[in-house]
Amino acid sequence: MLQRDVLVIGAGPAGLAASIEAGKAGADVLLVDLNMQPGGQLFKQIHKFFGSSAHRSGTRGYDIGKQLLKEAEEAGVEIWMQSTVIGIFPGNKIGIEKGLDNGDKEIITLQAKKIIIATGASENAIRFEGWTTPGVMGAGAAQTMINVNHVKPGKKIVMLGTGNVGLIVSYQLMQAGCDVVALVEAAPKIGGYAVHAAKIRRAGVPIYLCHTIIEAIKGEDGCVCGCVIAKVDDKFQPIPGTEETIECDTITLAAGLKPTMDLVKLADCKLTFNGPFGGYIPLHNEKMETSREGVFVAGDTTGVEEANTALEEGKIAGISAAEELGLISSENADLMRAEIWKRLDALRLGPFGERRMMEKEHILKEYREIIGTPISAE
Amino acid sequence: MCLRVENHVILDCGHTGPLVEVTVDGKTIQAYEGEPILASLLNAGIKINRYTVKRKEPRGLFCGIGQCTDCAMVVDGKPNVRTCITPIKAGMVIKTQNGLSKGE
Repeated sequence: MLQRDVLVIGAGPAGLAASIEAGKAGADVLLVDLNMQPGGQLFKQIHKFFGSSAHRSGTRGYDIGKQLLKEAEEAGVEIWMQSTVIGIFPGNKIGIEKGLDNGDKEIITLQAKKIIIATGASENAIRFEGWTTPGVMGAGAAQTMINVNHVKPGKKIVMLGTGNVGLIVSYQLMQAGCDVVALVEAAPKIGGYAVHAAKIRRAGVPIYLCHTIIEAIKGEDGCVCGCVIAKVDDKFQPIPGTEETIECDTITLAAGLKPTMDLVKLADCKLTFNGPFGGYIPLHNEKMETSREGVFVAGDTTGVEEANTALEEGKIAGISAAEELGLISSENADLMRAEIWKRLDALRLGPFGERRMMEKEHILKEYREIIGTPISAE
Repeated sequence: MCLRVENHVILDCGHTGPLVEVTVDGKTIQAYEGEPILASLLNAGIKINRYTVKRKEPRGLFCGIGQCTDCAMVVDGKPNVRTCITPIKAGMVIKTQNGLSKGE
């Protein structure tokens, strides 16, 4: 059986950062990801990041992605793309459906001393009549199509949701040449930053507040040809008689994300429910270790945030894995982690960030009280 | 219908590979080798990838990152291929998937 010091699952910002730190410390690292290219969702983020210079503000997501790939190569990280982890068994044995160069797949079993799960998050769906019709998709899916694959998902778009994802993706769809005909938001005010909303308003696109989509209209070709929106009352229920029809061929859903938990559950990590972080998440400590000894988590899998927090958490997971392998002394690892936690605190500021900081502290406390020391798998 | 993104203000929309031909349900379309199968199909105006098992309802692009399986098709005789994360190759034979595509 193949042996590796560290297996990292997910080649987004968290997984790449974890791989780089563990690799730099001298660990033999394998990074696997089911997508065609590493970088996770960084390569579809063509906007400039906010924040401090320590967190590369003003840099576009894909440039951060390129830099990480270079660092991973320098750290000697082995990367398997188009490879899906299909099983995690006792004794840290992992089943992987490995993608081969000729397009075939091969089942490989390997044993890793440490496992870092950084599988990210998936988009929430909003259900209304006809929501499964081709043409209804996640806002992130539309963003991937235009910014990574350079193909428009459709011509006339209605966006549901005005959080930052809804606003930014609407603007990027316009940049790609799509006609964004409306944004629809159930709340009485726009959810995202004013700076992003202003770009939409300047383009003259109507934003329907206190409205929701109640139906996707299916055309003769079986695909979306329009949608029905309606005003909602203060309990978010559609008000009869307020329906309006909008012609469109694409409906994009920007209703938040939830952590992707499949592998965390397979690894039998203890979970907790956390609303602000998007749903069920693995309990973890300051080292990003789960209830299972030697199984670490990082990034959106530990609660939905953003690329910079994912990067920092990934570094912690990589350092902690290397520490447990005896490649970094505990004193040094503690110092490195303390620096990173300081930067994470700086990222978790502002009206959205402070709530996340409180929730993170709550999760760490819950871990201390319920788990204490990670449980050995043996 | 051309849905390719061109002349982008930020992005350099270069192509992944040479222009090749593939067949979709017997019809020939052009694609750039190496791009996801789903992207080539969208550009050709094909939005339905499969029909569901019980109700035979159409499904198409939903997550775009290999998680939801709504874009699964039969590719070179293999069913359940997630077309959003599988690169296209010259001469591929792609078919709309019906149900689980058993026995096809």
